[in-house]
Amino acid sequence: MSVERVLILVALVLGLAVGYLIARSRRHGRRSDRPEEIHRILLPFTGTAISRRAVDAALRLARAEGAVLMPAYLAEVPKQLPLECAIPAEAAKAMPMLEAIEQRAAAQDVAVDSRIERGRSYRHALKRLLEDEEFERVIVPAGGDQGGGLSGDDLVWLLEKAPAEVMILRPGPEDTRFVTANGNGGRGSR
Amino acid sequence: MYAAQAAADSEAARASRRGHHKVFIGMAAGVGKTYRMLQEGHAEEDAGRDVAIGYMEPHKRPETTALAEGLETIPRRRVTYRDTELEEMDLPGVLARAPELALIDELAHTNVAGLEHEKRYEDVRDVLAAGIDVFSTVNVQHLESLNDQVAELTGTRVRETIPDAVLGEADEVVLIDLTPEALIARLRAGKIYPGENIEAALNNFFTVENLLALREVALRQVAQEVEAKRLVVEEPLGTREERVEAPRAVGERVLALVRPQPSSQRLVRRAWRSAQRLGSDLDLLWVRPPGREPDGEEARHVSALRQLASVLGANFLVEENDDLVKGAAAVARERGTTYIMIGESLPRRGFARLREPLPQRLMEATPPGVDVRIVAHRGLKEPDRDER
Repeated sequence: MSVERVLILVALVLGLAVGYLIARSRRHGRRSDRPEEIHRILLPFTGTAISRRAVDAALRLARAEGAVLMPAYLAEVPKQLPLECAIPAEAAKAMPMLEAIEQRAAAQDVAVDSRIERGRSYRHALKRLLEDEEFERVIVPAGGDQGGGLSGDDLVWLLEKAPAEVMILRPGPEDTRFVTANGNGGRGSR
Repeated sequence: MYAAQAAADSEAARASRRGHHKVFIGMAAGVGKTYRMLQEGHAEEDAGRDVAIGYMEPHKRPETTALAEGLETIPRRRVTYRDTELEEMDLPGVLARAPELALIDELAHTNVAGLEHEKRYEDVRDVLAAGIDVFSTVNVQHLESLNDQVAELTGTRVRETIPDAVLGEADEVVLIDLTPEALIARLRAGKIYPGENIEAALNNFFTVENLLALREVALRQVAQEVEAKRLVVEEPLGTREERVEAPRAVGERVLALVRPQPSSQRLVRRAWRSAQRLGSDLDLLWVRPPGREPDGEEARHVSALRQLASVLGANFLVEENDDLVKGAAAVARERGTTYIMIGESLPRRGFARLREPLPQRLMEATPPGVDVRIVAHRGLKEPDRDER
């Protein structure tokens, strides 16, 4: 074998080794770019409409912090049913709402990780959510059932129990815009 | 003498075979199950058969009571329970009378304690075992598997249930269908409940929404029964391998290939909606490399998917396989899947470009007739989205 051939062979082996190392370091680099902890913002809601202002506020915050938005539909399970039973009728209400919120999130480049949480009451569902999930912030629309919100009592309970920062958004009297199952959430349309 | 011998032979032959069971099922009380059962009973008698009413509950409906006239009724037995005298079907009496066909109402009824069986469907099994044909009635909300669903839809839970197998074992299932509007009109006309109960019924159970939901459940249930019977009849011949390769289900069954990532939730939602439209079951499948337990974020997403499956009444399956396509194809074959739904993949890079795309590989690996559908990604940000 001539010296040139040996050199070409060595160069080839070296080239392959270097290429492999570069590819590996890139892969590692991509992994290390990932945040160690993903920040989450919980957005619990009830019913088939949620205040658009609350959704937009949650999205703005999530975007600014690079956090994942966790919209969570709270479903009441009637007492005569097992708590962990399938709830297709509630799921049918939750699905288009989560879809509509995801659509808005996609437009703002915000990551979303949705949930449907069951409970005997909205507060019970919220309690289970607080126990099962980790998040740094909770954004919740006030105003009772209107606009996907929670009652005053539930909000007080949340302020006491949530192991996170809680932001309660009370829509102004003129704020009648909602995100609904239709996705567009027209003014006053629920 | 010969006639007596022939009759005895006929009795013996009948006792050696199981009776034929025909169930009249309806969405709610008042659709006309008992009425139809009696009509068919008369028709059988007119055709020369020996028919007797084993038990009938007329619910103070004059039309039903009138229709029962002319058919022999086996006397009920009186049972005292907690100082109250109650009437029940006389099972020994029915067996002793041994008609060719017995009409037995309310399959889901719970007997008074101390009788031969706890439930009437168990009595019916004895009657069938004695070679007597049975016509019986039941409402769809009494089926065990539908009890929760119906309770959620209507807010009313019935305590008396029957195992779904009872319906599965029946030779014929006849749906007695009525539009909600027609049923409500019958209720208003006092044909279902006496006058003093009508308003309460209209305000509680007998709403158009409830009845529409129940009607849909009843129609689906009977369609499933028909399908199940077709499958039994049309079991393909051939070797085991050939049978495994053959499509098992006439109806649809949806399989969604999920990964422990938030984007899978959208795929699940789409798959669930498709399954709802098709009236089919939904399986969620995660194919994971053998021996690798999920941890951290992955475990959290797996748990979220399990929860979602439970909320939707879907089955969450985990298959250990290094090859996604092989794992998915094995499960599709085993479950009789007709639709596979997958999420959109990222553009392929490097050597992955040389491989056939995932949908193509799935189509090749699964039995013929399985459709593969790709659910578009919403464009959501997702930090750890990998390529398949």
